[in-house]
Amino acid sequence: MRARVLVRPKEGILDPQGEAVERALPALGFEGVSDVRIGRMVELEIDDPAQLEEISGKLLANPLVEDFEVQLLDEPAQ
Amino acid sequence: MKFGVLRFPGSCDEVDAQLAASRVGDAVLLWHGDRDLQGVDAVIVPGGFSYGDYLRAGAIARFSPVMESVIDFAGDGGLVLGICNGFQVLCEAGLLPGALLPNANRRFTFRQVSLEVVEPGTAFTSECEAGERLSIPAKHGSGRFHADEATLDGLESNGQVVLRYDPAENFNGSLRDIAGVRNEAGNVFGLMPHPEHAVDPLTGSTDGLKIFESMRTAAEGARA
Repeated sequence: MRARVLVRPKEGILDPQGEAVERALPALGFEGVSDVRIGRMVELEIDDPAQLEEISGKLLANPLVEDFEVQLLDEPAQ
Repeated sequence: MKFGVLRFPGSCDEVDAQLAASRVGDAVLLWHGDRDLQGVDAVIVPGGFSYGDYLRAGAIARFSPVMESVIDFAGDGGLVLGICNGFQVLCEAGLLPGALLPNANRRFTFRQVSLEVVEPGTAFTSECEAGERLSIPAKHGSGRFHADEATLDGLESNGQVVLRYDPAENFNGSLRDIAGVRNEAGNVFGLMPHPEHAVDPLTGSTDGLKIFESMRTAAEGARA
């Protein structure tokens, strides 16, 4: 099964990457953008989706500083 | 006294760490794929970019075969020093509290920093005076120490905060200016700055040597 794991910096934790992007946008003429937060997206093929929580908590995310969200995708593998 | 310095693919400060440790004892390199720690008295997890720092700094290295042995070694009370990437590896492995996040200044930064010795009584700082300032270089992109408030309070009340940045030099944004922490048992210590780069008068400061000398004192005391 195809699955997607979204990893985000926990709320309240400074995200310098997001800040840098936020500051770059006005230079391109985009105004009114705030609170930019940058995380990570992992897509994978997995036989047993029940393992995804453990995989995410042990390796894909560091639960001390990141939240993760598992999404199961319906489309078959390419 | 025999030090073992780990070498991962992507390590870059392991030879400097070996040379620094050689000033106070014997020092060998330990390959990441080997489980045998060769009877060393202390392990140094060095700086660099283990496994390319893919995913997060230290996230992959912590699962290497040698780290399984290091975790057992630490559990038995063995001395473990993590420097920079090594500190990140030890946090990822759960041997030290907290995490190291990208620098608040958004830059890979290389500069000499002044560190306050908060805890002089540890196995890694016994050769330092309370409140002494160590001048040691720091060079990293992800050195912002983070833990939740309750953990930070616990670290401070347990005497686990060993080194702090001079507040004016905390370029990475570490919470409470924390530069180095130890575990509760006191045998595992990690810091972002590089003591192995401050051991020769030729390059300015020799303050880093005190960390290695303290470890020798602790190891010899444990053997006596």
